[in-house]
Amino acid sequence: MDSSCNCIEPQWPPDDLLMKYQYISDFFIALAYFSIPLELIYFVKKSAVFPYRWVIVQFGAFIVLCGTTHLINLWTFTLHTRTVAMVMMTAKVFTAVVSCVTALMLVHIIPDLLSVKTRELFLKNKAAELDREMGLIRTQEETGRHVRMLTHEIRSTLDRHTILKTTLVELGRTLALEECALWMPTRTGLELQLSYTLRQQNPVGYTVPIHLPVINQVFSSSHAVKISPNCPVARIRPAGKYMPGEVVAARVPLLHLSNFHINDWPELSTKRYALMVLMLPSDSARQWHVHELELVEVVADQVAVALSHAAILEESMRARDLLMEQNVALDLARREAEMAIRARNDFLAVLNHEMRTPMHAIIALSSLLQETELTPEQRLMVETILKSSNLLSTLINDVLDLSRLEDGSLQLDLGTFNLYVVFREVLNLIKPIASVKKLHVSLNLAPDLPEYAIGDEMRLMQTILNVVGNAVKFSKDGSITITAFVAKAELLSDSRNPEFFPVPSDNHFYLRVQVKDSGIGISPQDLPKLFTKFAQNQSTATQNSGGSGLGLAICKRFVNLMEGHIWIESEGLGKGSTAIFMVKLGIPERLNESKLAFMPKVPPNHGPTAFPGLKVLVMDENGVSRKVTKGLLVHLGCDVTMVSSSEECLRVVSNEHKVVFMDFCTPGMDGYEIAIRMHEKFTKRHERPIIVALTGNTDKVTKESCMRVGMDGVILKPVSLDKMRSVLSDLLEHRVLFEAI
Amino acid sequence: MEVVQIQRNLVDYTKSLFMEGFLDGQFLQLQQLQDESNPDFVAEVVSLFFDDSQKLLNELTIALDQPIVDFKKVDAHVHQLKGSSSSIGAQKVKNACIAFRNFCEVQNIEGCLTCLQQVKLEYYLAKNKFETLFRLEQQIVASGGSIPMIEMGF
Repeated sequence: MDSSCNCIEPQWPPDDLLMKYQYISDFFIALAYFSIPLELIYFVKKSAVFPYRWVIVQFGAFIVLCGTTHLINLWTFTLHTRTVAMVMMTAKVFTAVVSCVTALMLVHIIPDLLSVKTRELFLKNKAAELDREMGLIRTQEETGRHVRMLTHEIRSTLDRHTILKTTLVELGRTLALEECALWMPTRTGLELQLSYTLRQQNPVGYTVPIHLPVINQVFSSSHAVKISPNCPVARIRPAGKYMPGEVVAARVPLLHLSNFHINDWPELSTKRYALMVLMLPSDSARQWHVHELELVEVVADQVAVALSHAAILEESMRARDLLMEQNVALDLARREAEMAIRARNDFLAVLNHEMRTPMHAIIALSSLLQETELTPEQRLMVETILKSSNLLSTLINDVLDLSRLEDGSLQLDLGTFNLYVVFREVLNLIKPIASVKKLHVSLNLAPDLPEYAIGDEMRLMQTILNVVGNAVKFSKDGSITITAFVAKAELLSDSRNPEFFPVPSDNHFYLRVQVKDSGIGISPQDLPKLFTKFAQNQSTATQNSGGSGLGLAICKRFVNLMEGHIWIESEGLGKGSTAIFMVKLGIPERLNESKLAFMPKVPPNHGPTAFPGLKVLVMDENGVSRKVTKGLLVHLGCDVTMVSSSEECLRVVSNEHKVVFMDFCTPGMDGYEIAIRMHEKFTKRHERPIIVALTGNTDKVTKESCMRVGMDGVILKPVSLDKMRSVLSDLLEHRVLFEAI
Repeated sequence: MEVVQIQRNLVDYTKSLFMEGFLDGQFLQLQQLQDESNPDFVAEVVSLFFDDSQKLLNELTIALDQPIVDFKKVDAHVHQLKGSSSSIGAQKVKNACIAFRNFCEVQNIEGCLTCLQQVKLEYYLAKNKFETLFRLEQQIVASGGSIPMIEMGF
């Protein structure tokens, strides 16, 4: 033993095989131990995220030290000095320390690291799940897009066929179907008929009874239902496929307008359905997915809505066309009616003017002729002319009156008149004719019948005359009785006319006139026709009965205008008849002064001074006539200035004078000159007094000359008080008055 | 005499004048113009008529006496007379004047002269009647009565 080297001998001989292997292993261990941290550092540096750096350091340190230990161990295989042994020992100590620390650390760290792992796993699962869901959503969105597109396609047209065709096409495209078919219910509702298919262009009418169980099953569910490919509705493809694809059927509600109530949903029980059958391609092993089924259901509903819209639109288009047609027709009819009315009005206007004027001339001149000296034959001729022309005039007036009555444009001329006088006049008019026929006419006026009444005197007389005239016309012998009285309340309502309920009041009374004759009478069936225009009793129309058949119609209109009623009663042919009418007349507010021949002088204010203070200029050469005119005007309250010559007139006249009365006669032309001079003097119209000529000349020439020189009026002398009053009021109102000459 | 009696007389007289054609409706108009503010209107007018007519008749006589008759002037006078008489309602005078004018137009002297006589006659008659009328009225007024209004239903 060498005690000077202080060496330590290894336990084993160095050349032992075991030692050799240990030596080599230690070498490699050291190598590995040194390279591991290097690798760690390298990779940690590379990685961005690693939370445990200091662990790495620790670990690195531990490993380095282990490596060092093993490295140093290499020297201990051979003889080695104590230094080496010391180093070895130090290294080992350090290594032990560090490794213990590391071991202790790892106790904390490893669970953490493990949990990271689990979290990672968890996240991976989640990611996978999300992926799945994502896929689902995408398919759904895809479906939605398809639906929208389909709906858009379907709803973009309002034509029924296009809708259905488009549906099938789009569905086929979206879902990649092999076949798509639509079965519609027939009119009878007992069968389903194949109406549209995708592949076949013109489906020949396959029909299928509607009450098959499979169909009922589909109809009763609002979802798309998978059906067997072998059922009748699905068997439309040509045979020869091995494995038919799955088939799905959905119901398409066919909505009618009547199904929709305002506030309700359409009733489901009365619906009709069509059947939509969709077939997946055979041999594709595709299955119907839920989202596809949903798509089908949605489409089916949309189709239903689109169809109902189309139906509504069709309906409204049809209605609109109908209305337009009717409109056109109505327009045409209206225009035709207007033309007819215009033509009639033109005709009436012509009739009115053109026929009346000569008629007037004939009548006027014949009556004038009557006044002259005539031989008896001449007188007879003139009378005949007069009678005939009166008749013609009446006829014209009748027709014109009737048309005006029918227009509704006729208004009553109300005025106060003497009722007794009216009846007496009728009597006087009818007596001659009646006496010729040896008919006795009697008039009974009730004592309580008021003497005066307010109403349309002319038309009332016309009515009475017509009725009495008819009585005379249709009686060959016997008597005619005219009775007039005030209708009392009990008698007012006639059982024939329950609607006619006249109510007398303080201001009105109902005059009832009955004309009874013993003539030919009227049969009951003719009674209603009596008052219709132009209808004459054919059996009784004799040659002598003139008239147009308008008389009674006109009477009825007049009576109606007077708020009354007219009817005829008759017991039958040969038993005479009674014409009765009632009219409403007004009661005058105050009784007119009864005209007695002998009466104390009453204040002669027959009217208030109508024109107080009206400044008037009177020019008259004749003193008497001047005084009379002045008296007239003074009586009316005017302030009269008198002049007796034209020079004086022009001198005196001023714009204060409102009216200038000029008396002149044709021998002197002064009147005209004065008028012209006055126009020159007063240029402004409102300053100029109204110029009126008083003349006894009744010819047109005078009137025209006066108008020509600018006179405002021409009045015929003699002028009565009333005439002067009305003349003045007319003049002041209208500034013009040309009396009909 | 009693007032009533006179009044009745007046009425009858006036009526007779109308019936005989001496007066026409114009006279009634004149009577209507007579009231409290104008109590003598009729009398005034009639007296004016008398004066005027007298003058005119004189003129006419002179004019027709001329060797060469100025028919225009004659016509003018007659026209005046006609106007006056028609203003007060002296009907017969007026009618005579109308006839007179016709002869003037044809310048028939004989006719004119005849007519002049006619007119004068009528005029004096009318004057007479008017005077009687007024006398009766004055009597009534003097006796304290009031002059009755004549209402004629024509």
